[in-house]
Amino acid sequence: MIGVLALQGDFAEHMDVLQALHAMAKEVRSITDLEGCSHLIIPGGESTVMARLMQSCGLWDCILDRAQKGDLAIFGTCAGAILLASEIHGKNAPPSLGLVDMTIDRNAYGSQLQSFHADMDLSTMGRVQCAFIRAPKIIRTGKAVETLATYEGNPVLVTQGRFLASTFHPEARGERAVHRMFMGL
Amino acid sequence: MQNRNILGEDLARMLKGGVIMDVVTAEQAKIAEEAGACAVMALERVPSDIRAHGGVARMSDPQLIEEIQAAVSIPVMAKVRIGHTAEARILEELQIDFIDESEVLTPADPFAHIDKRPFKIPFVCGARNLGEALRRIDEGAAMIRTKGEAGTGNIVEAVRHWKQMRMDILSLKGMRSSLIKKFAQKERVPQELVLQVASMQRLPVVTFVAGGLATPADAVLMMSLGAEGVFVGSGIFKSGDPARVARAIVEATAHWNDAAVLARVSSGLGALMPGLEIGALPTKMQERGL
Repeated sequence: MIGVLALQGDFAEHMDVLQALHAMAKEVRSITDLEGCSHLIIPGGESTVMARLMQSCGLWDCILDRAQKGDLAIFGTCAGAILLASEIHGKNAPPSLGLVDMTIDRNAYGSQLQSFHADMDLSTMGRVQCAFIRAPKIIRTGKAVETLATYEGNPVLVTQGRFLASTFHPEARGERAVHRMFMGL
Repeated sequence: MQNRNILGEDLARMLKGGVIMDVVTAEQAKIAEEAGACAVMALERVPSDIRAHGGVARMSDPQLIEEIQAAVSIPVMAKVRIGHTAEARILEELQIDFIDESEVLTPADPFAHIDKRPFKIPFVCGARNLGEALRRIDEGAAMIRTKGEAGTGNIVEAVRHWKQMRMDILSLKGMRSSLIKKFAQKERVPQELVLQVASMQRLPVVTFVAGGLATPADAVLMMSLGAEGVFVGSGIFKSGDPARVARAIVEATAHWNDAAVLARVSSGLGALMPGLEIGALPTKMQERGL
């Protein structure tokens, strides 16, 4: 069962992609919802909002605990990638789950005027349509982190163990390849 | 559909499930961000003060907007007067994230809204029914919100506009093409846009509610009716304990389907903004910009 964190952000778009892939999926708003999930997607949205809401309902500690035990695979897109990072740069940064050894710079590209679309060739997945919306930039990755795609020299899709992080939104355009890969983690 | 601001529509998707809060100072913006706002709306006066003090309400001073941008990391929106393209150009120059072409400010153009298509920066616009919403989308709006009746702390008009929009959309279901054509002509919108709404059974852009929300329960009511997120104006900074009310509305909105959360966060909130009866209002902001 794949859970999609549904506290804020574009969780419905992730649900649509999972449905198109015929995956078993459900929205996660509480610790009870997370039970029975082997995978969790942390969607795009505002990382500050999601961190606050995850903490207030107890999901933060629960996710961290299960992830550290290797009991939960996590895919974070944009805001989700920020929360996975071990170090977050930029003002008013949220707390981080620290599950992927990388430094991420929030809103590094600037405001909405710097948001963009890019079609990228991912070696294992073919051509993927990516939306970078007020996107963060991964500015450092640790030795254990594998970079799966870069854009203008910066990693945009990385993985470490059972964690996957993208600074772009495959879900925004209904792109399925990255989700398909995540389901195998 | 050409002329859509797809990147703007994407940003609107990222705001879903969230609370966008009106702020008039950088300090308020920080309180809103800390409380969990998914964006802040920078304006000169909150709607209830515009109502109380009267006069012409304009776009905020760019200096104030820049101070707010510097204070927070979440998206910053700001309002321009209906039809005031020059105010919108200023906001684009300031690299704001979203422009609200808003009936809360005094309209600048009695004939037309801003042609939003040449702008790179996305717009959100208010609507009371499907016709208004589709005209705004056709002009290039990337997001729609109900108008409600801002600054009243009275939810009834937001409910009216939301339900009206839903009923209008439902009435298109299975409608004969000759009637679709008639509807499009009457509302002065492209037929293909009406056909799209008829088949999707929703607006093609993210739709929030706004206008008169003052309590966590107001936000939950709107979410349970299918709204994708909420704007709260005067309701937060006209309450006795803004940080607490803001946190409560954020939590209630996220957990709208959980009455236990709503009961907990609604408890002991202190003084909420005073409300106004719609029938007693000298100015109905919702009647601006149709």
